[in-house]
Amino acid sequence: MTRTPYFSGNEKPILEVEGLTVDIDVPAGKLHAVSDVDLHVGRGETLCIVGESGCGKTMTALGVMGLTPRRATIGARRLVLEGQDLLAMSKAERSALRGDRMAMIFQDPMTSLNPVYTVGNQMEEIYRHHGKGGHREARERAEYLLEKVGITAAKGRLGQYPHQLSGGLRQRVMIAMTLMCEPALIIADEPTTALDVTIQAQILRLLADLQKEYRMALVLITHDLGVVARMADRVIVMYAGQVVETGTAEEVFTAPMHPYTQGLLDCIPIPGKTLRGAKLGSIPGIVPSLIGDLTGCQFGNRCSYAFAACAAAPVALRKHGKGRGCRCLLDTAPASASVHAKPVGAAP
Amino acid sequence: MTRFLIHRALIAVLVAITVSVIGFSLLRLSGDLATELAGDTAKPEQIAQVAHLYGLDRPLYAQYFDWAGKALHGDLGRSLFSNEPVSLLIGQRIGVTVQVSFMALIFGLVISIPLGVLAATRPNSWVDRMALSFAVFGQAVPGFWLGLILIIVFGVMLRWLPISGSDHFSNFILPMVTLGMSVMPAFMRLTRTGMLDALDSDYIRMARAKGLSTSSILFKHALRNAILPVVSLTAVSLGFLLGGSVIVESVFALNGIGFLAYQSILRTDFPVVQSIVVFVSVAYIALTLISDLVNAYLDPRIRLG
Repeated sequence: MTRTPYFSGNEKPILEVEGLTVDIDVPAGKLHAVSDVDLHVGRGETLCIVGESGCGKTMTALGVMGLTPRRATIGARRLVLEGQDLLAMSKAERSALRGDRMAMIFQDPMTSLNPVYTVGNQMEEIYRHHGKGGHREARERAEYLLEKVGITAAKGRLGQYPHQLSGGLRQRVMIAMTLMCEPALIIADEPTTALDVTIQAQILRLLADLQKEYRMALVLITHDLGVVARMADRVIVMYAGQVVETGTAEEVFTAPMHPYTQGLLDCIPIPGKTLRGAKLGSIPGIVPSLIGDLTGCQFGNRCSYAFAACAAAPVALRKHGKGRGCRCLLDTAPASASVHAKPVGAAP
Repeated sequence: MTRFLIHRALIAVLVAITVSVIGFSLLRLSGDLATELAGDTAKPEQIAQVAHLYGLDRPLYAQYFDWAGKALHGDLGRSLFSNEPVSLLIGQRIGVTVQVSFMALIFGLVISIPLGVLAATRPNSWVDRMALSFAVFGQAVPGFWLGLILIIVFGVMLRWLPISGSDHFSNFILPMVTLGMSVMPAFMRLTRTGMLDALDSDYIRMARAKGLSTSSILFKHALRNAILPVVSLTAVSLGFLLGGSVIVESVFALNGIGFLAYQSILRTDFPVVQSIVVFVSVAYIALTLISDLVNAYLDPRIRLG
């Protein structure tokens, strides 16, 4: 949490997103998977998007990449990568940026590599497709990057098929693959969720090291606050398709403003502080249906502070200084009757 | 890979032996061959004489080993009807059957695979529905009916193509379409389903995230995975076409082994029937083996186990 962001704030962000919306047509109507999400990531910066399953974090990523499913319609006020306006681009032009300037690492390394082609083949094709070089350069770069991600006997691995590699190795291969064209932005969607705990730590370290070395913007999507604590410069907390809180990792962890964020943090046991057998926090209730128009605060039905105004109208994300925001009516007046261990809005 | 090959070949030989035993036994169990050969008015001693003449009075296993031993040396016996060697009869006709089978298979594949891919890329569109309707039509229409309709339309009314015989290439076109239509629906559906599965997979999402071209995504990444079950079905279908073109060969008077089998059954010419059964079975088994090998080539998970 004491990491200093490489992103100075004066430099132009690598990725700027404003008002990103993803709607999916379902039999019951329109499902608002992502509503009005703003985000920006700078060079060398790590932005963590955190939230529970179905909160829209993956759809946000797919929306940025332009990989949303067929039934989805996507809208945005602003979508800019390295100063290039993605919204003004044709499908082919956006496709040319994918894999080259922006790359994505997926959750399941077991199924994300094509089973019928060798590791080398799948790594080289991205390099050659984007016109970075011929067969030989591609092979040399693939071998170099496999070594870079900590795979021994890289030359031999190039000729192997995905089913011959373990999950951890496959995720390393996927990371190496995304680096083939040295993208400015990497979006990693739960990159360690499908892996063993011991491997998780190694992969996170690897990602952090590579990011530092190549000065890439990294968007890391996770539901694991431990991962956030270890990796994030800045954090976006999502709930039911909306951003409910943004801030630096330090701000969000030490002074969470939104009741949902506070609830999430209460769910983590702290070694030495949480007594053995003591009850961990949990958030009662279930996520609201995302089908149909918004009527009030999305979190209202689960929030212990909710009052009449919460259900009356949709709540806006309000700014609290640079890069800090919260979507809650109580954000200005910290609830004095807090049942939470961490007071709302308290100084770190 | 070598181990896989030996393993598969060994299984193929065992299956061939089993099929020949079953084929041989079933023909013997289908009725008393000696009684049928001797005719309706034969006296018991004449039947016994016929049975002795063809060795039908000997124990079943002895008959089998005798026949199998000769068959392995290429001697399939002689036709009871024409007294010609069975191998000669089959040899004269196999070319026609193989030619029409391959043509029908290629016709079926050439139509069904692009159609399946096209349908899968636009699920529930009008293209998809047309393709599925076409498949249902192909599946529902019996070969002899389609054959006759094609003869009426293209042979009699338009006079574009000959309606019978097997001397010229043009003779094979209508049988090719008729037989091809029977195998096309399964290829089409399997390609479509396989492509839908593949296009929905994580590795295709990954391929899209890599910014690859649509043709690379469809044909390099998706089709190679989707085609695996189609390869297996191709071998099975070819076996089916080789052995199952009896009706179509009859309709178009193509002088192939299907037609020969049909005639020989009517004449109780058991050496010929028996040989055709085993011949087609062995071809079938060989094709299955080939499809295993092709699948192993296409899918490293099989090849490298």
